Amino acid sequence: MTDSSATGDNPVVDMRGITVEFSGVKALADVDFRLFPGEVHALMGENGAGKSTLIKALTGVHRPTAGTILLKDEPVEFTAPGQARNAGISTVYQEVNLCPNLSVAENILLGHEPRRLGAIDGRAMRARATELMARIGLSIDPASVLSSHSIAVQQLVAITRALVVDACVLVLDEPTSSLDSDEVEELFRIVRVLRDEGVAILFVSHFLDQVYEIADRMTVLRNGTLVGEYLPENLDRMALVSAMLGREAGILDEVERRSEERAPGSAPVLVAQGLGRTGAIEPFDLEIHEGEVVGLAGLLGSGRTELARLLSGADRADTGTLMVDGETIRSRGPRSLIAKGVAFCSEDRKAEGVVEDLSVRANLILATQAARGWARPVARRTAEAMVAEYIERLDIRPADPDALMGNLSGGNQQKVLLARWLVTRPRLLILDEPTRGIDVGAKAQIQKVVAELAAEGMAVLFISAELEEVVRVSDRVVVLRDRHKVAELSGAGISVNSVMSAIAENAHNGVAVAS
Amino acid sequence: MIRGRLLWPLIALAGLIVLNVVFTPSFLELRIQDGHLYGSLVDILRNGAPTLLIAVGMTLVIATRGIDLSVGAVAAIAGAIGCTWIADGGDAPTAVLLALSVCILLGLWNGFLVSVLGIQPIIATLVLMTAGRGGAMLLTEGQIVTISNPTYRQIGAGFVILPIAILISLAVLLAVALLTRRTALGMLIEAVGVNPEASRLAGVRSRTITWTVYVFAALCAGVAGLMISSNVSAADANNAGLWIEMDAILAVVIGGTSLAGGRYSLTGTLVGALVIQTLTTTVYTIGVPTNITLLFKAVVVITVCLLQSPRVARAVSGRRKSPTLAPRSQKVAAG
Repeated sequence: MTDSSATGDNPVVDMRGITVEFSGVKALADVDFRLFPGEVHALMGENGAGKSTLIKALTGVHRPTAGTILLKDEPVEFTAPGQARNAGISTVYQEVNLCPNLSVAENILLGHEPRRLGAIDGRAMRARATELMARIGLSIDPASVLSSHSIAVQQLVAITRALVVDACVLVLDEPTSSLDSDEVEELFRIVRVLRDEGVAILFVSHFLDQVYEIADRMTVLRNGTLVGEYLPENLDRMALVSAMLGREAGILDEVERRSEERAPGSAPVLVAQGLGRTGAIEPFDLEIHEGEVVGLAGLLGSGRTELARLLSGADRADTGTLMVDGETIRSRGPRSLIAKGVAFCSEDRKAEGVVEDLSVRANLILATQAARGWARPVARRTAEAMVAEYIERLDIRPADPDALMGNLSGGNQQKVLLARWLVTRPRLLILDEPTRGIDVGAKAQIQKVVAELAAEGMAVLFISAELEEVVRVSDRVVVLRDRHKVAELSGAGISVNSVMSAIAENAHNGVAVAS
Repeated sequence: MIRGRLLWPLIALAGLIVLNVVFTPSFLELRIQDGHLYGSLVDILRNGAPTLLIAVGMTLVIATRGIDLSVGAVAAIAGAIGCTWIADGGDAPTAVLLALSVCILLGLWNGFLVSVLGIQPIIATLVLMTAGRGGAMLLTEGQIVTISNPTYRQIGAGFVILPIAILISLAVLLAVALLTRRTALGMLIEAVGVNPEASRLAGVRSRTITWTVYVFAALCAGVAGLMISSNVSAADANNAGLWIEMDAILAVVIGGTSLAGGRYSLTGTLVGALVIQTLTTTVYTIGVPTNITLLFKAVVVITVCLLQSPRVARAVSGRRKSPTLAPRSQKVAAG
């Protein structure tokens, strides 16, 4: 599959057999990556595929455990980001990391200030900044404070900053995620200017349209390994999505296909009408019935989590209505939805799920206890029974209620969080990436539990980046793209291929479907 | 684990007591006079009562990952209200009620800034720390208000075998321990302190809990302020409860509760408060020159804190095992 045709030149960056390990876990395994002068090279992959790790290995943030990096045919070993920058590798991160309280010129020339008699020469600095900005066609007052400009302009300032050291490699990590379409066009114009000057540009984005618009070459990573290097014209969207998501045969044959025998209850548990939040997810309609597993599919950044957060009350909707069991939810906050039986298991286990310093027992009964209020503690015996039941049912290890949550593995933490909600006996369980980053065994157990819960009549909203998994557990699949709900597949129409083509469809069609 | 963390503070406490005995052989003597217990140890308990009480409130605030710098100022306000009310001819019970009501309002203010407006606790309570003393000055019109009211005097200087002040503080400590550990309040406070967002999503009323602990801390500070002013029968807006917030925070930290929030130990706070008060007393009994008393205090406190620090413990034991390997393995773990 790998396309090896080069542009004729030698690669400016040649990374070979790069492996990066974090305390024994391989974040990147034996990955090759090349970057030619005068090309825009897109690095593609889902969350956890290893894109950031590869970039950080290149820019000296992480040191590879194995492998070599050649920069202009010279082996290099960066131990600090500053070294990579001085060698001509500049990085512009998704979150603009400049100093918002300094002027534009100060930001551009930070660390390279022109001096006169030992002091910083303000006038020369502004002149130099203006000159650099002119190279990419940016004309703003160099003396103005950075924070007075939009994020898009700040991003361009960050790119200008990369030019100070005569960058031969420019890494753009998700530069477009907070820009609107005109701003993206402007950014791309500048990227092309720099490319034509011979700069090698490494571009990371999860917007497929943008990748096809700007990229001359693509490298796809999945689960820390290299899938291949491709030319865009040889790899259509469908093939790209398939390469990114992978299609390994499923791991759990015990989860039977269901929809036929499981007749969804007539009354919907949850009805969302025109529910939306500016900048998070465009208004969508959704119904979830008793005993039904609704899968939510879409690429990273398509609005999966944002949708779940609106349904669970974690975020407030700007528009639309939300009804649970026929009652409109007016009050804000997760409490009102928890009271109606909507449970939300966040994808960000660490930040929004586990309470690390407390015991497994405390973590497991937290939601129950919160619903009862502080004055009515769950009786010790009841708590022990609950904990024992779920430790056994979900095979939580270590099987010790007093173990500190922070000492459990990711998979076991996830099981405790699942149990936290199961003991509240919810009507609707929203699982956002419940199987991310956990081992195959725990994954299979969680999927099995989901199937059992639905069989018992619980409604489940199942979100996962892994299509195989979504297709396997869901009775119905809702597809999101670019923050729009674009399709809803059910029954026999659900297959990895159908979901994938819904994801990959041309964006313009997508908008039309949604509106 | 708590016991392990309390090892060094307890050793420090014992060491301070030994030091006192060396300098003042009669240090441990207790005698009963008119049904009152007298002695240096009793004095330590009596003088430490306000610090202990404030530290109890502070423990809960710190458990929610907060801090309350305003407690000293709130104590001064409580004393000022109590004394001016009595000086103007009011009775003691009303003075107490009035002072504590105002303290609850001040606590509501702090809690509002932190839990509703989301201002960082250190800044939010700094407002009242500075403004509060100004308020107390206004109440006392810049004077030291002296009173003579036997009922009011009982709070800080009275005895029921033991000083009433320490009985109040211990009673509050016990009540808080029972209230938070026998109900689910303690667990919910800790959950909010460790991970506020996870707690919110699990349905915990994070805001209400945070708000409440600031009100409780202000209430504790108010009672402590009454004790202080009652003990000397005067309200000194400038000096009453001065730096007591620092002593209280130190007591909590020495007691093993992390400033990062989460698990708290009221027993630890008790030990911490005793260490702090014994230290203050020691400074006087062994005759440390007054101009270096603060320095002396600082050295003892930093020593205890260092001994408790896991990193120092690891560095010390690591160096003992293999001097060259320890730093390198640390670097690998960090990378």
